[in-house]
Amino acid sequence: MAQTYLDFEKPIAELEGKLRELEQTAGGNDINIADDIQRLKGKAEQSLRTLYAKLTPWQKTQVARHPDRPHFEDYVAALVADFTALAGDRAFADDQAISGGLGRFRGRSVMVIGHDKGRGTDGRIKHNFGMARPEGYRKAVRLMRLAERFGLPVLTLIDTAGAYPGIDAEEHGQAEAIARGIDCCLDLKVPLVSVILGEGGSGGAVAIAAANQTMMLEHAIYSVASPEACASILWHAAEKAREAADALKLTAADLLALKVVDRVIAEPVGGAHRQPERTIAAVGDAIEDSLKALCGIAPEALREQRRRKFLDIDGRARP
Amino acid sequence: MNWITNQVLPKIRAFRQRKDTPDNLWTKCPGCGQMIFHGEMAAALWVCPQCDHHLRIGAKERLGLLFGEAGHSRIAVPAVPTDPIRFRDSMRYAERLRQAWQRTNGEDALVVAEGDLDGRRIVAAVQDFGFLGGSMGLAVGEGFVTAAKRAVQGRMPLIVFSASGGARMQEGMLSLMQMPRTVVAVQRLREAGLPFIVVLTDPTTGGVTASFAMLGDIALAEPGALIGFAGPRVIQQTIRQTLPEGFQRAEYLLEHGMLDMVVHRRDLRATLSRLVGLLLPAGPRVEQPEMAAGPQHP
Repeated sequence: MAQTYLDFEKPIAELEGKLRELEQTAGGNDINIADDIQRLKGKAEQSLRTLYAKLTPWQKTQVARHPDRPHFEDYVAALVADFTALAGDRAFADDQAISGGLGRFRGRSVMVIGHDKGRGTDGRIKHNFGMARPEGYRKAVRLMRLAERFGLPVLTLIDTAGAYPGIDAEEHGQAEAIARGIDCCLDLKVPLVSVILGEGGSGGAVAIAAANQTMMLEHAIYSVASPEACASILWHAAEKAREAADALKLTAADLLALKVVDRVIAEPVGGAHRQPERTIAAVGDAIEDSLKALCGIAPEALREQRRRKFLDIDGRARP
Repeated sequence: MNWITNQVLPKIRAFRQRKDTPDNLWTKCPGCGQMIFHGEMAAALWVCPQCDHHLRIGAKERLGLLFGEAGHSRIAVPAVPTDPIRFRDSMRYAERLRQAWQRTNGEDALVVAEGDLDGRRIVAAVQDFGFLGGSMGLAVGEGFVTAAKRAVQGRMPLIVFSASGGARMQEGMLSLMQMPRTVVAVQRLREAGLPFIVVLTDPTTGGVTASFAMLGDIALAEPGALIGFAGPRVIQQTIRQTLPEGFQRAEYLLEHGMLDMVVHRRDLRATLSRLVGLLLPAGPRVEQPEMAAGPQHP
């Protein structure tokens, strides 16, 4: 599959392009070229490492939206055995922007729910680019309550630009659906663990992410508004998105410092899309750690811990 | 100094007052464009006598309408850090806040009061759209949590008047986190068996609608109030279609099952009083202990 390069990855694209050319001409037997290939490989890796060590918030925004970044379906396929998708909000429709179902995560029965961006043109349209309507949030609430009834932990995987801004979505009560989603998250008496995989877009993300533990991939973003929306509202110029991304403090490192997220999961050099398997495994390990820590806690205490955590986000320094 | 304080300052003050007074005498109705005498508008509870348009009002006016002559006392909202992420757009957020505080004596976009509603003590939390678009940051979150706490301590109902453009972007994710934070406060009220009544006023959108404002045990709205998640401009830009007539207005939400009723401002106080009286005929109830087994939420 052809690598998709982001605009700031141009130097890498050139190096890797040259590398591929050399590899094709060499055919693997010319020893002199093999040395060159090794050297070029080292150089490409080094520049990738340097570049990714200090990504700006806007660059991270681009990485978080990379088309090849692993999505919900990739995580579920690799981490959840016997995954059985469940559909519908039992009121109006099945919104495929949020998927969910039962499965076994490393030996434990769990409920997995997440924004599903889909892949390819058809897939993206089918899943509405991961932008959920009220039916999606209501499905999530239904599945969370189902998990609670059977004492199963809930995992939510967050990857959305935001809730869908459309006529039908408003008509069916988008705001109410999100509010009930948050309400449900904060009421559950089973462990709730969330991972921000790519984009954590505003209310559409927090609706299923008010968790006991909220984790975030290193280059994911979690934001009160998209940099573009923020730029057009506060700067009255959408092209100021870069500045807005800087100002919003939307990176994993910033949010760990602000105690909005509890843990950052490191990504492979060059971002999750370069080594999806390793990324997914790292996310799996982090979820396992969280579940181990949470599964022994009494139901009431679990709920209170979660509520306390959010009540304490008041901007005041705590030891 | 003497010359400045005795001669110059009074002149400046007089000049400013001259400029201010005529502006306040007449109010232009945003609904029909009529110029209405200020006193007449106030007597009509800031509802246009010509077209019935419900004008946006500040927290002070709102508390006055709710509690009337019985009076009320303000509940202080504890201070929270300001400018937590040192935000700057075309202006520093710290400066923007400083300017906004001058008009409100240091209060943020949500004020809390306790008072008497036909002989019953209630807590009221009122959002002020005039203060940075009523946006919800740490201070609004703190105000809401304070109001709910006071209601639980004093076993009183909480009535909220919402008016907000959504989360306060200048506080980044800390403002988004006020959504779950205020929802926890709603849950505390619910578990204490206390009524939580929301009056949605013009406009209520974004993160405020999508958290505490849509979780009322009873949801009322003023006529014509814009209520939604996404703002109409954002929706129009996304779908590139004309929005239906009356879209996202209180009456539209009522029709779509999102509200209990749309209430004219002149009837609001009596309606709230009646609802509180019906919900709490003999004082607040405490949540029944949940059954040990069986579905908790059928």
